Amino acid sequence: HRTMASNVWRSMVRKCRLSRVVFSLQLQTVTLIPGDGIGPEISVAVMKIFESAKVPIQWEERNVTAIQGPGGRWMIPPDCKESMDRTLIGLKGPLKTPIAAGHPSMNLLLRKTFDLYANVRPCVSIEGYKTPYTDVDLVTIRENTEGEYSGIEHIIVDGVVQSIKLITEDASRRIAEYAFEYARNNQRNSVTAVHKANIMRMSDGLFLRKCREVAENFKDVKFTEMYLDTVCLNMVQDPTQFDVLVMPNLYGDILSDLCAGLIGGLGVTPSGNIGANGVAIFESVHGTAPDIAGLDMANPTALLLSAVMMLRHMGMHDYGKKIETACFDTIRDKKVLTGDLGGKSKCSEFTEEICRRVRDMD
Amino acid sequence: MNVTAIQGPGGRWMIPPDCKESMDRTLIGLKGPLKTPIAAGHPSMNLLLRKTFDLYANVRPCVSIEGYKTPYTDVDLVTIRENTEGEYSGIEHIIVDGVVQSIKLITEDASRRIAEYAFEYARNNQRNSVTAVHKANIMRMSDGLFLRKCREVAENFKDVKFTEMYLDTVCLNMVQDPTQFDVLVMPNLYGDILSDLCAGLIGGLGVTPSGNIGANGVAIFESVHGTAPDIAGLDMANPTALLLSAVMMLRHMGMHDYGKKIETACFDTIRDKKVLTGDLGGKSKCSEFTEEICRRVRDMD
Repeated sequence: HRTMASNVWRSMVRKCRLSRVVFSLQLQTVTLIPGDGIGPEISVAVMKIFESAKVPIQWEERNVTAIQGPGGRWMIPPDCKESMDRTLIGLKGPLKTPIAAGHPSMNLLLRKTFDLYANVRPCVSIEGYKTPYTDVDLVTIRENTEGEYSGIEHIIVDGVVQSIKLITEDASRRIAEYAFEYARNNQRNSVTAVHKANIMRMSDGLFLRKCREVAENFKDVKFTEMYLDTVCLNMVQDPTQFDVLVMPNLYGDILSDLCAGLIGGLGVTPSGNIGANGVAIFESVHGTAPDIAGLDMANPTALLLSAVMMLRHMGMHDYGKKIETACFDTIRDKKVLTGDLGGKSKCSEFTEEICRRVRDMD
Repeated sequence: MNVTAIQGPGGRWMIPPDCKESMDRTLIGLKGPLKTPIAAGHPSMNLLLRKTFDLYANVRPCVSIEGYKTPYTDVDLVTIRENTEGEYSGIEHIIVDGVVQSIKLITEDASRRIAEYAFEYARNNQRNSVTAVHKANIMRMSDGLFLRKCREVAENFKDVKFTEMYLDTVCLNMVQDPTQFDVLVMPNLYGDILSDLCAGLIGGLGVTPSGNIGANGVAIFESVHGTAPDIAGLDMANPTALLLSAVMMLRHMGMHDYGKKIETACFDTIRDKKVLTGDLGGKSKCSEFTEEICRRVRDMD
């Protein structure tokens, strides 16, 4: 039997191993991948805001361009891998999608390199950024390694194609465990498994069974189950009924974007990817916006909120809260907003406003 | 007509022969909710109906109802879902202990058929555009085949605008601005999700109509809410979903004037807010709500 104390100890050890900050005044190093398009300028914005808040972090910049190793296999640059394996924490801007470049997407390479099995998106309504919903506060946790995205397809006969969805016991258990740990660590009340086990009895049935088993070890967190179509039907009528949602890959792809839409879109939604060996990469999930790149027009909110998520992951809750508050206050005040938020300010002005508020909090 | 599963010779489950005979003859059906059998030993009746009449297209027009408040006011779109194959083929296997595979099938014929239905529907109902919803970036072969067929069919319907959009992008955009969408056509699972999402935008399954189109001219229109056993027989039910499905049926049959008259009476009653059933926020009985609509219909003559 695990006791409460042993759980706390296990969590602390994990934090110690990850953060190396316990009882130390050392600066923690984070791998920064600015990305393409508006990536560099929103990364600069985040660094400036972190500096204003005097966050004890140093940034180690790396690029992620696909290179071919010996034997022709595509991989991420070795210095990037070395950095991530050492720091264990990454913050990443948007990467451009290569068309006919001959190599797989960089996001896919990162996912495979670090076994980023959980994609986590907290969706919280932003006061001052009007959408049809005001009280959204939920988290989607998506299994990101298998399911419908296994990439295994065949032509059976002419005109008939099959696509294979794989669900394994291990991946299902792992994502369920992450979801319940997340709920516990972030004081969330419930975890809802989202599935279609009425139709896909074996595959989603397996996923659901694993969730139920894991739930037995987390009696302090309420566990419910709901069909994906029912979740969507209810989500757009009353999103406040949802808390933490855990689901297989495709459903997570859909629901995480649906929920991002509820709070205003990808420009304001944070995202985190959790890897199997302690690596965690936080990233904005919008595009590179090449049309405004370099014009000081970008909105750094998504990357900034992802950085706040990162701070909480690292246990730096006070810094996270301070920066998040400054960001939300700026948006609520509506005086200094970037174009996509309905204002006329530059990225640098929006950034400076957040920095000012952060400094005033001291 | 009743639809209770019976076992034919050889043990195969089927719908009652008199129901089949009637549908094959009339070609038009209107259906209320059926209870889902738990551990009854036979498949769901909805599945049996679908297979018996090859109901390949599930069509749901979602229009905002003035007077029934939701976060959206101007929804006017139609989801057209391929209802025979895709992710719901029911083919699953245990590969090894702890590893399960589920097979999604996409065929050229089914994809072409649903695309043709979607474009015909758009043309017949004066809709501007058809959007194919897919994930062909990830499922290159299967959704790729579906998309290709949609593109081919689009070539024969130059009067209808054709666009393509990833399913996740559709969801992201749908909840921010549903007015950008018109007719949406998609494979089975995506249709299951999107049709319920869109029903939610206009107020839920209690007010959403639905139609199923079969390969041999059969069309069955139905309300998609549940049987609500807790209020059954208490004169509390809201007949709107079944009524709007019946209006859809009238339009399918070419009886547009009758359809318009009844739909208008229904919407006017809801907008007026004086006689509403409980789920619509009122205190009236089903019979009172019904009589109010009847009164308005009679007054239109």
